[in-house]
Parts: sequence; C-alpha cells; structure tokens
Amino acid sequence: MTVIHSLTPEYAKRLGRRQASNVPEIWDLLDGVCDPELPGVSLWALGVLQDIRYRDDCIEIDITLTYSGCPAVITMKDDIIACLQQSYPDKAIKVEVVLSPAWCTDAMSPEANQQLAELNIAAPDADDQVICPICSSHNTEVVSQFGSTSCKALYRCLNCAEPFDYFKTF
Amino acid sequence: MNNQNLIRYVTALADDSLIFGQRLSELCSNAPYLEEDLAISNVALDYIGRASLWYQYAAKLTGGDCTEDSLAFFRDERQYTNLLISELPNGDFAFTLMKQYLIDSFYQLYLVELAKSSDQNIAAIAAKAIKETNYHIKRSAPWIKQLAMGTDESLNRLKLAIEELCDYANELFLMPEFELQLLAEGITVDRTALKQQWLDNVNSYFSEIGLESIDLSRTIQGGREGIHTEHLGHMLSEMQFMQRAYPGLEW
Repeated sequence: MTVIHSLTPEYAKRLGRRQASNVPEIWDLLDGVCDPELPGVSLWALGVLQDIRYRDDCIEIDITLTYSGCPAVITMKDDIIACLQQSYPDKAIKVEVVLSPAWCTDAMSPEANQQLAELNIAAPDADDQVICPICSSHNTEVVSQFGSTSCKALYRCLNCAEPFDYFKTF
Repeated sequence: MNNQNLIRYVTALADDSLIFGQRLSELCSNAPYLEEDLAISNVALDYIGRASLWYQYAAKLTGGDCTEDSLAFFRDERQYTNLLISELPNGDFAFTLMKQYLIDSFYQLYLVELAKSSDQNIAAIAAKAIKETNYHIKRSAPWIKQLAMGTDESLNRLKLAIEELCDYANELFLMPEFELQLLAEGITVDRTALKQQWLDNVNSYFSEIGLESIDLSRTIQGGREGIHTEHLGHMLSEMQFMQRAYPGLEW
C-alpha cells in the first residue's frame, strides 16, 4: 500500500517526473550533488532539480532558482556538469535555470527536513512555528528575518539559548 | 509591433531593481550591527537577482548581442529608466528603512497584480519576487515602528525622511505611455489604481505608530524618461567602472 498523504502537490509533481523518467540512473547520480551552502542536502531533496531530458547528443537538466539573488546557482550548475561528465563523457550537459515550475519549500522532498535537522537547521513550517533543532523546544524567537543565506532566518532558542538557522517557508 | 514597449517596460523594471539593490549594497559592512548587515545584504541580493531575471528577459526580447551584462554595464545615465526613488542615497538609517518600507509596501500591491500578467515570463518573475517582498516588509515595518516609537532623535530623523521621500513616492503611481499601451494587452499593471490602497495601508500603519499621514501633493519625476537626480551618475561610474575599463572581464 502506498501512503501518499504527506506529499505536497508540488513535490508529487516532481516525484511523478522522476518516476516516469526513462533515465532513472541519472536522477540517482544527481542525488550525490548537494547545495553548496547546505552540505548533505541534495538538489533533489531541496526541490531545485526539476526535470531531466536524455537526448541523442546531450543531457538537459532543468533546475529552479530558490531566491532571485541566490549566488549558489552558479556552483549548482557547475557541480551538476562535473557529476554527469564523468559518466557521460560524450554528451554535452546543458543545465537550464527555469522560472516555471517555480521553486517553493513545498517542493522539497520529505527527507530534506531530516537532512536539514542534521545541519542544526530548523525545517520550514507553514505557520512559522519554529522548533529548536537542538533541544526541540517550541520556545524560540526570531533574531533576524535574514540569516547567513537568503533562504534562512536567524533564530534563538529561549530554552537552550543556542542560536540557529531556520529554513524560511517560501 | 509592440515589442519595443515590452522591451522598454522589462528594462525599466530591471533598472528599478538593479539601482535599488546596488544602492542598498553600499551598506554592506556598514550597517549598525552584524545581523542588520546580513539583512541589508540579503535584501540587496534579492533585488540584484530580480534585476538579473528582468535583464535576461529584456536581452532575449532584444535579440542580437545584447546580454544582461551589456544592459547593466554599458548603458549611460540617460538610458537608465529607473524610478527616482530607487537611486536616492541611503542617508541615515531612518531614511534607508523608510525608503525600504515605502517601496516594500508598494511592491506588495504591485507584484500581486503583476503576477497575473498575460506575459508568462513577467508573471513568473513577479510571483517569485512577491514572496521575497513579503519577507522584506517583515523587517522594514517593525524597524520604522521602533524608530517612530524610540527616541525624539529617531522620530525626528524618521519625519525628515518622510518629508523628503514623499516627493518621490508619487512617481511609483505614474503610467508612462509605454506602460499604458501594455496595460491594454493585460501585460502590465495600472499603477494609478493602486495609489489609494497604498495610501490607506501606509497611513493606517503610520497612525498606529504615531506618524502623521503621508502627503503626496508634490511630485518629482523623470526617471522613466531617463531624467535623473544628480545621484545616479555617481553610482553608475562606480558600478560600471570595471566593465568599462576591462570590457568582458570575468571573476
């Protein structure tokens, strides 16, 4: 029995494209490519990897921008090309940044929350109910809406006193 | 046939974003404290990212050798068509944050409508930008409250900021001819129709935090025609220097 109740429509669409793909091995390979600013969180888990098309002469990869000004997108492109070039030396790897489908935190995969937790980053919450990733307390407060990167806000836990990043709902 | 109007419009939106973002980025490493420094840099980055998306689309519409970089670095002051409020110097912290709040509250209304544009590219960029603006105003609104209800000094500075900025705010609600023509095609947004709502929103917040209503009786305009304040040229000379001196230079 397949349990699908926890999937958002945005994630389900992405998962559908992955499952319908005739090149699952490329998706699997790209599971090894992570956001340069979130080591351990893959581009797939982050919701950035949208689609893969295998052509006669090239492989086309669609990714989406998180925030308009996110500088990590340049590194993401380079990392995808470097990853695939090894296994497909005869193919041109074309990475396109698409505006649609747009990135949102609902497009992230369920495992992303776990991966963020391992980095001590609080997972996005639709109501901004931010839980401390270190002691799990709900007693937290915002220090700044803008943290170390565009996608994160800076919070502090009033229970264990640790500062931490919160991955903002977008 | 109307492609020229569309190119002018998309380039103008790009100019608004780039000039506002570039101005804000001057505060990087100069903010009052570290968290504010990160916040200002992040907001600046959002605007420069938006500019990049708008310029890429403008370059695509233009065709030929035009790129986002050539549009940003090789046009002169008179070719820039940003609204004047984007180019005003940062002034003191009260001025920077009041300018931010007025712009944020404008974009909150404008981008929601622009996300319904009949042009799919414009709609997609606007839809992303509105989410960013919703975070920007979560910072600018509390800040002006803190300054308004802080000390006599901070309140005074805020009042001086409003007095200067309100002369430039009216330009946000003017429709140049090319925007009017695009409006008929459902591509752009009627700025004039947003003015009352914007005034209601701003004045209601102002009254909550003890500020007088904003006065829009005076208008300083000219940005969309390339007629700028004395401040833009100085900014461009710094921003464009490397590419002018070493064309095509890459990091």
